[in-house]
Amino acid sequence: MDLLSILAIVVNGTVLIVVVELIRRGRLKERYSLLWLLAGSVLLVLSASRDLLEYISHLVGIFYAPSFLFLIAFLFLLLITLHFSVVISGLSEKNKKLAQELALLRLELREAMNTTLAKEHVPKRPSNK
Amino acid sequence: MKLLIIVPAYNEEESLPGVVRDLRENIPSADVLVVNDGSRDATAQTAQTMGVKVLDLPFNLGIGGAMQAGYLYAEQNNYEIAVQFDGDGQHCAEEIQKLIQPLAAGTADIVIGSRFLVPGGYRASFYRMTGIRIFSFVLSRILGTAVTDSTSGFRAANRKVIDFFALTYPDDYPEAESLVLLHKAKLRMMEVAVTMRERTGGMSSITTVRSVYYMTKVLMAIFIDLMKKVR
Repeated sequence: MDLLSILAIVVNGTVLIVVVELIRRGRLKERYSLLWLLAGSVLLVLSASRDLLEYISHLVGIFYAPSFLFLIAFLFLLLITLHFSVVISGLSEKNKKLAQELALLRLELREAMNTTLAKEHVPKRPSNK
Repeated sequence: MKLLIIVPAYNEEESLPGVVRDLRENIPSADVLVVNDGSRDATAQTAQTMGVKVLDLPFNLGIGGAMQAGYLYAEQNNYEIAVQFDGDGQHCAEEIQKLIQPLAAGTADIVIGSRFLVPGGYRASFYRMTGIRIFSFVLSRILGTAVTDSTSGFRAANRKVIDFFALTYPDDYPEAESLVLLHKAKLRMMEVAVTMRERTGGMSSITTVRSVYYMTKVLMAIFIDLMKKVR
């Protein structure tokens, strides 16, 4: 096994460990980590086994095997960013709903307070007479 | 007829008192709801002291989110008709009656105040007019009825449309986009001729170079709306 392969395995392994550690500490939610784990695992397997990488690359018709690795990594990153866009869209929708709900509640509270204040003032008037 | 006038306002402390006075004079039976879209000036306080209802959004949502907040209020408080009326003073309160009339008669679900139904009624820069014409052409084709003023923010909606908007309201270019969504929901729309006042202060938010960019984005949004699922 050449030095480059070892380096690739070490880097990949580190990424996987960091992801797992982030999940363990609760800094990364499982649902957002699946793609990272999948990407890390696939890339780890492919960079660990040169034969497998060569075999698949030739199957697909790629002659320079490492570029296949780049392709896989690139596709995963594309998928992860797309996933983020979907997540952000959902969050911004929820954020909008919360802001609207907050404004509606504020108005309701203000109106409720005004009616109670008005009621408290009513009985005082006859006593003045 | 329980009527709510929704006034979206972003940094409109100067024009808001005039708008509220105009509404009170011309249509005293209506409730006025100012939606303060996270203004940085004293819009909320100004509205508060005028004694109208105020929806105070905690931060700027943009015209779509602000307008929808108003429709949510109309829906939750059982208003039969909701009127959108700009906070910058370009709409005339005396014309609200014209918008409501078809709703009361049951001939339309949403009535849009159009500047262009009467020729020569409104002037804008060449680029802006071209943009408006292109929107109108595309929208008229899509909707199957003539739309002359697709960007008008002066509209009146009945209960059906209030319920629809409370649930589904576009964020980015709500006037034009919502027409497509309403059409898909099989709600009936109608245009009524209105006059709009020229801007007294400030400039339109749309400049010449930006207007092309703006137009492209709105057209894209319209086509995306066409593909959207509507319940």
